[in-house]
Amino acid sequence: MKELMLGNQAVARGLYESGVRVVSSYPGTPSTEITEYIAKYPEVYSEWAPNEKVACEVAFGASLGGARSFCAMKHVGLNVAADPVYTASYIGVNAGMVIGVADDPGMHSSQNEQDSRHHAIASKVPMLEPCDSAECKEYAMLAYEISEKYDTPVMLRLSTRISHSRSPVEVGERITPPEKPYVKNVGKNVMMPAMAKARHVFVEQRTAALREYAENSGINRIIEGGDIGVIAAGTTFNYAYEALGGKASYLKLGMVNPLPVELIKTFASKVKRLIICEELDDIIETHCLKHGIKCEGKSLFSFCGEYSQSIIRKAVLGEEYEYRTFPEQFPARPPVLCPGCPHRGLFYALKGLGVYVSGDIGCYTLAAQKPLDCLDACLCMGASVSGLHGFNTARGAEQAKRSVAVIGDSTFIHSGITGLIDIAYNKGISTVIVLDNSITGMTGHQNNPANGLTIHGDPTVAVDLEALAHAVGFASVRVTDPYDVETTRKVVAEELQKEEPSLVIARRPCALLKTAQRKKPLIVTDACVGCKSCLKVGCPAISVENKHAVIDNNQCIGCGVCAFACRVGAIKEDE
Amino acid sequence: MTYNILIAGVGGQGTLLASKLMGVVFMGKGYDLKVSEVHGMSQRGGSVVTYVRFGDKVSSTVIEKGEADMVLSFELLESARWLPYLKKDGVLISNTQKINPMPVITGQAEYPRDIAEKLRSTGVRLHTVDALALAEKAGSAKSVNVVLLGVAAKYLGMEREAWENAIRATVPPKTVDINLAAFDAGYTL
Repeated sequence: MKELMLGNQAVARGLYESGVRVVSSYPGTPSTEITEYIAKYPEVYSEWAPNEKVACEVAFGASLGGARSFCAMKHVGLNVAADPVYTASYIGVNAGMVIGVADDPGMHSSQNEQDSRHHAIASKVPMLEPCDSAECKEYAMLAYEISEKYDTPVMLRLSTRISHSRSPVEVGERITPPEKPYVKNVGKNVMMPAMAKARHVFVEQRTAALREYAENSGINRIIEGGDIGVIAAGTTFNYAYEALGGKASYLKLGMVNPLPVELIKTFASKVKRLIICEELDDIIETHCLKHGIKCEGKSLFSFCGEYSQSIIRKAVLGEEYEYRTFPEQFPARPPVLCPGCPHRGLFYALKGLGVYVSGDIGCYTLAAQKPLDCLDACLCMGASVSGLHGFNTARGAEQAKRSVAVIGDSTFIHSGITGLIDIAYNKGISTVIVLDNSITGMTGHQNNPANGLTIHGDPTVAVDLEALAHAVGFASVRVTDPYDVETTRKVVAEELQKEEPSLVIARRPCALLKTAQRKKPLIVTDACVGCKSCLKVGCPAISVENKHAVIDNNQCIGCGVCAFACRVGAIKEDE
Repeated sequence: MTYNILIAGVGGQGTLLASKLMGVVFMGKGYDLKVSEVHGMSQRGGSVVTYVRFGDKVSSTVIEKGEADMVLSFELLESARWLPYLKKDGVLISNTQKINPMPVITGQAEYPRDIAEKLRSTGVRLHTVDALALAEKAGSAKSVNVVLLGVAAKYLGMEREAWENAIRATVPPKTVDINLAAFDAGYTL
């Protein structure tokens, strides 16, 4: 039976049908739904891990213990997991182990556009890349066969357009893979210099064997057509096929590491012009040039952003479609913090204090935009805390009284804790603010170790943020409600003045949670003078029309932050 | 042949339900299809777009400028934004609802006046509909998405029963009646 499935859902189905027993992941767009879907299968143990490194290590341990295992992450998550991945490559597997990694060309929801194929090459791990939901399932299953046959972790590379598109998938039954007993093997499983030297030799032999697989297995296949030759994989193959159809022949790659050599030479000999279509970096092109195969690639296409059929049509055929345009300029519509978002009150308070704000990854990164305009830096998960320590160290103790770090609860658990330890241990006096909204928000509401709920929504222990801060050496820990802007501002101002490190927890559940408190929409009284002070909080539910503030009843949940911003007390609760 | 539908709106308006229902119907008719969605940061009140493509064999997941047979827009300003994606002879179905984007709220930009008239001046086939009023009449302002789906369904030439079955199979049981009323409000316009 065929079902219409999201790419990520089809990966989850492939894991299920392969008999996978253990899945551990950290959410990250566009990879998140793989693990959300796998959590619906009671036969599979699944969990949210604190970060991708932990998730990958759990998958490694499960493989060693004899269960087929999986971990999912976004491209930048693979940087966090790189440490275990590179050495798991040496150790190999007992039961099959697959790492799902989703790139985000075009940066729909990411801080960079890195190409995860580099990690596959550098860690010498084979990488498969599906082009639709059917292949997502097929390749997820194939990955376990390759993993166990060649004794290697396997990466499954996805991208936004594959992960987040739906297409038909043939659904099958779950298999029970052969038993994999645990047998102690120090030479294979304990990586210290003497053993690792031998395993490195194995890894090189394995790569040679996998290259043979890439040449002959049929996973990389030629589709005969016109005399333009295109080499592509994944979503880029779809674009090329859409743009060029029968005018071109294709070498569709299903395995993007290691790459075949003889197959490409054979394909090149059959076509007049060889074009490499690859989003992001020039990995296939460089491979061709290294082996003396003449081709065109980045001379036609960009290193930046997503490709599409129209980009390829224009670059290869010089053709463009006609279209109409709206006859005048119009405003952009950037994403914004939701009405009632607890982050808004915190940032409005910080804006009043005029402090340097070291930012982090999450919904609250949106506070960088006008009108809040409140972030000074955002680098990667956890960097707000350690980055603030560096900034304050460079600029001195007085600066430390005028700067804060902001980090969400999930991001803090992911990699903010080590930064906190660094501050306390090294006698810093920085002020760190955890925006505790009891959920991993931006990726679509996943539970995390700080909210006391498992991936299935079952109650579990919650990290006690206050006790944790005390334990690492932060004596001063305060909790504040960000809807209460005045108190929040006062608490942060007091903590900034202290000659010791401080943790402020701005605690209030995400406004989109079912458990969030919703009050009646606020009203604007005749006292309004149309001064637009209320617009400085950047709430989509409030605007000023004909010199009078207007609150949208469909959006407002009565958080009261705009009422705090109003200079004449014109915004009130509806009695 | 592939038929291309671009659904545009503002994060939170429920464009994903409309595309999901289309997916169920086209799949039921035996077509190959791809439905491409937006998740993550851009969903937070930003301009969002979903591509629905169906036909004998669909390759690309996206719809580019000049390629859409239909643009189904949930908001007036978004109609202006996504107009270039329509084929020259395609149809633009536009909700007349206006939602101010942040640059307008903060006074950095103005919401364009007379968008529908300006759209018509380009020669585009335009069908405007006050979907919010129809949704409220049907029983819930939140069913704007299904009202618009009803309007689109009329153009797609598939029988009402297929849509009704898709709605019954997809939305929460408690909301079936409201959603069917909303669908018919659009379908019978």
